[in-house]
Amino acid sequence: MEEEKEFYFKTQNLSVGYNRKPILENISLGVYKGQILTLIGPNGSGKSTILKNLIREMSPLGGVVVLEGKDINNYSSKNFAKQMSVVLTEKVKTELLTCRDVVAMGRYPYTNYFGKLTPEDERIVDESLESVAALDIAEKDFSQISDGQRQRIMLARAICQKPQIIVLDEPTSFLDIRHKIELLDILQNMAVKENVTVVLSLHEIELANRISDWVMCVRADGKILYGTPDEIFKDEIIRELYDIKNGSYNCLYGSTELEKKTGTPKVFVAGGGGFGVSVYRRLQHFEIPFSAGIIAQNDCEYTIAESLAVKVISEKPFEIFSDKSLEMAKKYVDIADYYIDAGCPYGIVNEKMKELRQYALKNNKIILDKPDDYNLRQIGENIG
Amino acid sequence: MKKALRCQLVYIMLVVLFIVAVFMNINTGNVHISFGRIFKIIFLKAEAGTAGFNIIWKIRLPRLLSAAILGGALALSGFLLQTFFRNPIAGPFVLGISSGAKMFLAITMIFLLRYIPSMPLWAQVAAAFAGSVLSLLYVLLFAGKVKNMSTLLVIGIMISYICSAITDLCITFANDSDIANLTHWALGSFSASSWNTVKLSAVIVFPTAIVTFLFAKPISAYLLGEGYAKSMGIPVKFFRLCIITLSSILSACVTALAGPISFVGIAVPHVTRILMKTSKPVVIMPAIFLSGSVFCMFCDLIARTIFSPSELAIGTVTAVFGAPVVIWLMISRKNGEI
Repeated sequence: MEEEKEFYFKTQNLSVGYNRKPILENISLGVYKGQILTLIGPNGSGKSTILKNLIREMSPLGGVVVLEGKDINNYSSKNFAKQMSVVLTEKVKTELLTCRDVVAMGRYPYTNYFGKLTPEDERIVDESLESVAALDIAEKDFSQISDGQRQRIMLARAICQKPQIIVLDEPTSFLDIRHKIELLDILQNMAVKENVTVVLSLHEIELANRISDWVMCVRADGKILYGTPDEIFKDEIIRELYDIKNGSYNCLYGSTELEKKTGTPKVFVAGGGGFGVSVYRRLQHFEIPFSAGIIAQNDCEYTIAESLAVKVISEKPFEIFSDKSLEMAKKYVDIADYYIDAGCPYGIVNEKMKELRQYALKNNKIILDKPDDYNLRQIGENIG
Repeated sequence: MKKALRCQLVYIMLVVLFIVAVFMNINTGNVHISFGRIFKIIFLKAEAGTAGFNIIWKIRLPRLLSAAILGGALALSGFLLQTFFRNPIAGPFVLGISSGAKMFLAITMIFLLRYIPSMPLWAQVAAAFAGSVLSLLYVLLFAGKVKNMSTLLVIGIMISYICSAITDLCITFANDSDIANLTHWALGSFSASSWNTVKLSAVIVFPTAIVTFLFAKPISAYLLGEGYAKSMGIPVKFFRLCIITLSSILSACVTALAGPISFVGIAVPHVTRILMKTSKPVVIMPAIFLSGSVFCMFCDLIARTIFSPSELAIGTVTAVFGAPVVIWLMISRKNGEI
């Protein structure tokens, strides 16, 4: 059914670039009304250039951008401004303008010759300020608020323009995590509740994964992938996209792990249930190679252990730990000097872990329970 | 709502100051004329032919009117340039526009006066306009290359020096009579104002100022930067051309009719903004014009009375009041960035 519908906003074979030299070609994207499209990709890949072509700041070198079935170049400036509003990366420097003044500028395409605000305009300004939770700073001088507040005010200005589509270039840069989440929450609200189409570029892939209906991946080599988050957010694609060589990215958790330390695993970590995560990361921090086990493949820490441990002894999902796994784990305990118990409680499924601990004890391994940094550093020094 | 009240108060204050300035300018001078006589002379055209009548009608009135009109023009031109360059200390003098106008005017004057006895006022204005546009084009050429605003200002000042040097060179090779004319004019003064000056400046400045006021809305959107202005539907290239032309006309007119006058263009818009506590163009543009008028009238009053009977150049007085404002502006700016 969806295929029957025309995209609300789309490009056809768009090429973009500077001085007649295309840097990206054959860009085709499409998004329905009320959906969110996110552009991701490394710095300098050309995300901003694409966005500039979408908002008419630059003219395409080829192809067209279509809004509601019409080439965007065929809109008059005023009508286009009523359709689309933007939040740009350029720093806005003002003097003696209140936040309300800045937001009210969003009414530009609607006001009369002298820009006089009608009571209706004033109401929309208030509404926009409220939607970004900025009513309390409305009367403050725009040049004297924090970066996060400023970004919210610029978003309110864009909202105030009452657009059908809003384009934002890296709106979350300079924001702390709380403000990032708040900002994306507002965008999601606009898309879902008010049916506004949102196109934005983001650096935070994990956030892009959460809010997008469509994702465009712009790789540094000019290759472009377009699809739904499920199609795009795969560990290998992301790793290739950002050319991550020394580390890994986990799409499921949106977590980033640093490079795995290789070598003989002189440390065995008995983890599970998420208890092992911090131990793995601290061991990586002190550059100690380690093995880990026994971890069920559906355990929340399994993928993290995989990306940090030299070897992970695992069990199939929802299975009671088998003797085979135990034997395997024993082999790695044999190699190790240290046995670290991360503190995972025992239950029916992982009863074999008790046996493993006994085995380590019997074989004179040094057993550490929930070690702190001091212990780990000493291990690092001892195994050199 | 308090803000609206504040703006109204500033306007009332400016109008009162304007009236006071007019009275004081008419009433002060080497020859004392009583209020009653002034009133009669102006409104009843009494005492026609007497010295008093001539002083009021031929000297004081045209002089104060041209100070009012040209002062307003200068302030407005400064405001436009500050908006255009997005720089608080841009102004016709700092960017070398006044000096360019002066140079062109000097060259044409020396050249033309060989063939005709005196140069018509409109020709002076035209020459000054050509000069200001030329130096502005230079500044723009560099503006495209240097992103740093302080560098741009230094370039403006350098252009200003080059123009002054060329002007001096011309004066050196000019006839004695021309020199007398030029040196006097080059310092800047309203003393040569006649009704012709007033008429010409009114004809040029008022329509230009009105057109400028009509641009209040796009100017306000431009305050957020070019990208945003464009996204709100402003044809940015055309708009920039208009702003440059308007400010050139205004400052060229002043330079041609009263000589280069420094600091009015920078100091007045800022003081007005601070008084009104806003920089919304719709509200402050008329106020800036009015403040420029008031400021120039008072400066002219000081210029001609403080060491009377000798007269100071108007630029001397405006610099004394204007330069500290600029210094203060630069210091109060956060992290010293211009």
